[in-house]
Amino acid sequence: MKLRQSVDAAPGRSPRQAIPFLLPALVVLAALVLYPLVFSLIRSFFDAGGDEFVGLRNYVDTFTDPRTLTAFRNNVIWVVVAPAAVTGIGLVLAVLTERIRWATAFRLVLFMPMAISLFASGIIFRLVYEEAPEQGVVNAALVGVHDLFSPSSQYPGARPRDGYTRTEEGYVATAPSRAGDTVMVPLTGFSPQEVPARALPASQPATGNGELRGLVWLDVSVGGNAGKVDPIERGLPGIGLEAVRDGKVVARTTTGDDGRFTFPDLASDEVVVRLPASNFALPFRGLTWLGPSLITPVIISSWIWIMTGFAITFIAAGLSAIPRDALEAARVDGATEWQVFRRVTIPLLSPVLLVVFVTLVINVLKIFELVFVIAPGSVQSEANVLALQMWQVSFGTGGDQGAGSALAVILFLLVAPAMLFNIRRFRRERS
Amino acid sequence: MTLVAEEVRIEVPVSGAPKRGVVSRLVSRLGNGFVQLVLALVALFWLVPVFGLLIASLRDESANTASGWWTVFTKPSELTLDNYADLVANQAVWQSFLNTFYIAVPATVLVVVMAALASYALSWIEFPGRETLTVVVVGLLVMPIQVALIPVAKLFGAFGLFGTITGVVLFHVAFGLPFAIFLLRNFFTGIPRDLIEAARMDGATEWVIFKRVVLPVAKPAIASLTIFQFLWVWNDMLVALVFADQDSAPITVALRAQLRQFGTNIDLLATGAFLSMVVPLAVFLVFQKYFVQGVLAGSTK
Repeated sequence: MKLRQSVDAAPGRSPRQAIPFLLPALVVLAALVLYPLVFSLIRSFFDAGGDEFVGLRNYVDTFTDPRTLTAFRNNVIWVVVAPAAVTGIGLVLAVLTERIRWATAFRLVLFMPMAISLFASGIIFRLVYEEAPEQGVVNAALVGVHDLFSPSSQYPGARPRDGYTRTEEGYVATAPSRAGDTVMVPLTGFSPQEVPARALPASQPATGNGELRGLVWLDVSVGGNAGKVDPIERGLPGIGLEAVRDGKVVARTTTGDDGRFTFPDLASDEVVVRLPASNFALPFRGLTWLGPSLITPVIISSWIWIMTGFAITFIAAGLSAIPRDALEAARVDGATEWQVFRRVTIPLLSPVLLVVFVTLVINVLKIFELVFVIAPGSVQSEANVLALQMWQVSFGTGGDQGAGSALAVILFLLVAPAMLFNIRRFRRERS
Repeated sequence: MTLVAEEVRIEVPVSGAPKRGVVSRLVSRLGNGFVQLVLALVALFWLVPVFGLLIASLRDESANTASGWWTVFTKPSELTLDNYADLVANQAVWQSFLNTFYIAVPATVLVVVMAALASYALSWIEFPGRETLTVVVVGLLVMPIQVALIPVAKLFGAFGLFGTITGVVLFHVAFGLPFAIFLLRNFFTGIPRDLIEAARMDGATEWVIFKRVVLPVAKPAIASLTIFQFLWVWNDMLVALVFADQDSAPITVALRAQLRQFGTNIDLLATGAFLSMVVPLAVFLVFQKYFVQGVLAGSTK
């Protein structure tokens, strides 16, 4: 080589000189990318062990396997929703950041998720969406907002002892009562420690003339008599009661600190005492984000968090390339900001938006780690996507490399249009 | 007519300008305030999840199970570095953290060197099939790595590379090359022809031109590529999941076993995830310009 170079009159014109420069990269690419592509294609026509030629059976199996079909469905949801959402959000935010002084800082913050691993992002969002409101911030916020508008009940899970039937509306006394009676409501199923501090010792109310009176107390059976008011037992304050006649509520009242209640103005007809269910409703605990029905939207939301910064930065670069004159001319002609955005900015930006969109579609088709990390094992089949299914079939629980190769080829075919898009764009840019 | 009309047209802005100016300025001021508010909220949405993870990594297991990280504002005394001490003391996790370096550094160096060499040939040495080769490289940009997992696993098995750091590195090099070549070739072809030709006239060999002329000029592109490739490999999970064994696993794979009991392992997972994020975040903050350029160019991967 050296000899040749020294005599060569026009260095750079000799094809041979390219060899040492190209060789290392070409060997690696040929051995670990191109040869595997061909191998996978052939391998996909053989059975799990690779011994028997099975034709298209792996492909037929793939398209009839319910797990793979779920993965397909999810991939379609991903492709339809996620790239468009990120491109749209990225466009809006990129335009908005042009109007603030701290645009660089803003883009830096939104770009940060691109630097960290999808594994770490997955952990971050697993924590964000954790179901227990004591751990997941989303459910904690939901519970906070929910309790603001409909406060949780004071006595969740408590219930009357005998003599009451459970209905939609609440616990209804089996025996009717009338003015002048005393109604005793012993409650159980509630921890004495949870009773509000203002509760006073329970005591039997005196019979009132013309009034329906009663007592609601926490009837602890340990160290006391079931159904009887014992000295250690306390009344339960703040419990709502209703007097019902012919299915209609005729009076409402609430217990005092000692658990006593009074319906003052009842006519002499019989009524039935009812304890509305709202007294005992279990507290709102938020949504099961990581359950089967919400898992894909949840993972998509975390992907949006990761990719929006990329879209903004890419689109902002495109925006800065738009000639200011075009925008100014439209504004001078009296166009509103919206019209400028819709009629001038977007058309001029559409090539950039297309590149961003295609890039995001490719990224979405290969989604793996996020699903792997965010979806708990029990719902991974609901959240499944092709890239994950390929790994599971070939290396995870499946161990079927024939079917795995078929999935790899399918994945390749799905990405192929993007490949052609890139090549065409590359050719156009060169000419 | 025309004269009058023109006079009017000139008159209108002069008399109307201050009025419209005040109103529109007020509107845009209010609008701007609103935009600032919205963007501040968006930025908050981006920061809170990471902040939550950081705080969770600084609270012990019982604190994390009992209450959310946001309670730290009322109980700052719960903050502790114990989780990090435990993690560093954990031989397997610490080894995996080191493995991540052992994988990412060679995978980055090899890709940069190989890609720089190949890009030089593709840009400045004429040879038959150059055009085709370039197009092939562009086509390989979006190649899903799933296509190569099974065949390369077999290949590595035959050469005794399966389950070794070398195997993981080689796979990363192969799938890092197309983008690396694409990026550097784009930059190299932008170097003025005169520069190269002048060196050739002086009798410089291709190797000398590459080393003395092209590489110094291409420093920014090489910096972008180095950072992008390093973070790409550092953040990988899938490749290592397939090709690494227990002793060669990077941190993402090592922590994966703890995912089963997420609720009770928050302290460990949050700490591990944060440990794995420290390096990328540092690289990102220090070299953000190069990194952003690299990602924008390499987004097609």
